[in-house]
Amino acid sequence: MKAARAVLGLVALFAATWAAAQGTLETRRSGYQDMGPALRQMQDDDTANPGMLFVQLGDQAWSRPAGTSGKSCADCHGAVAGMKGVAARYPAIPPGADKPVDLGGRINLCRTGRQQAEPWPAENRDLLALEALVALQSRGEPIAPPADPRLAPFRERGAEIYRRRQGQLNLSCAICHDDNAGKQLAGVVIPQAHPTGYPIYRLEWQTLGSLKRRLRNCLVGVRADAWPLDAMEYVELETYLMDRARGMKIESPAVRP
Amino acid sequence: MANVLINVPKTARRGEVIEIKAMILHPMETGFRPGTSGRIIPRNIIERFTATWNGTEVFSMAMSPAIAANPFVSFFAVARESGTIALRWTGDEGFAVEERVAITVA
Repeated sequence: MKAARAVLGLVALFAATWAAAQGTLETRRSGYQDMGPALRQMQDDDTANPGMLFVQLGDQAWSRPAGTSGKSCADCHGAVAGMKGVAARYPAIPPGADKPVDLGGRINLCRTGRQQAEPWPAENRDLLALEALVALQSRGEPIAPPADPRLAPFRERGAEIYRRRQGQLNLSCAICHDDNAGKQLAGVVIPQAHPTGYPIYRLEWQTLGSLKRRLRNCLVGVRADAWPLDAMEYVELETYLMDRARGMKIESPAVRP
Repeated sequence: MANVLINVPKTARRGEVIEIKAMILHPMETGFRPGTSGRIIPRNIIERFTATWNGTEVFSMAMSPAIAANPFVSFFAVARESGTIALRWTGDEGFAVEERVAITVA
């Protein structure tokens, strides 16, 4: 009995060492893992997750013609199920461009370029709804930023922003989300800031919101001037964050407190 | 076009207690918040939610401005007969939505 236990212990030790050597011991945590059981249940149940209301809106917008072209998303892309994996690889550099855009930016490029329609303003409900619909198709897919070498300088600038002290509180993203993640800020656990579930339904907002809105919240939180809504900084930071969360699973539309 | 998510079992045994869950897209504007212009945004809430089972009311509730946007309601009912469960939300600015789901009781 004792010998058997010792062998078992050795096997377990070997397995752990081997896993560590392979780099398979995951220390990254999605914000989902830091939520209580009630909120997790809310996110997991598609009839209780308010984000799914917006997915429904997005579903209606997907086949609604827009702009002077009279085309809908479905006219070019077909069934939305074909968008599987798309949300997992943005921000990316669209064809003919030299700068990355986020998923919302890509949708707006389709609107102005293909549909000949006005672009939606930031945090527009229809835009968020389409983002949620497209992101839902990638649920469970690993985050997989493209191997495009042109993204590297943007990612590096994002990493630089992530470590740059900002605002009157003179804090960087890294001070909270790397050095103090898992500890508490007032009543809430500081998450590791992996953008796994955007657009998210945040209970505090009582609506769906983008990563850009979340980043602006943090900027205001450290008493910094939030960048203008069309600033490249957001995309650069997202490019870095998505690379940092590479391989983690998409859970859009996520619920967060 | 109303956006509603309803979770009701398709079948139930006679006498079984079933859970009915429903959520609706609605801003539930309190009427106490100033907008960007500085003026108060007029109240726009759902005032009443009722559920009827083959025409008989099985659940109803009054809602207040303190209830968050996109209200989620969950309640229980005893399955007595097959038929239609009708869920109805009414409120400010003439808001009126009715959704029906069929249930088979055996």
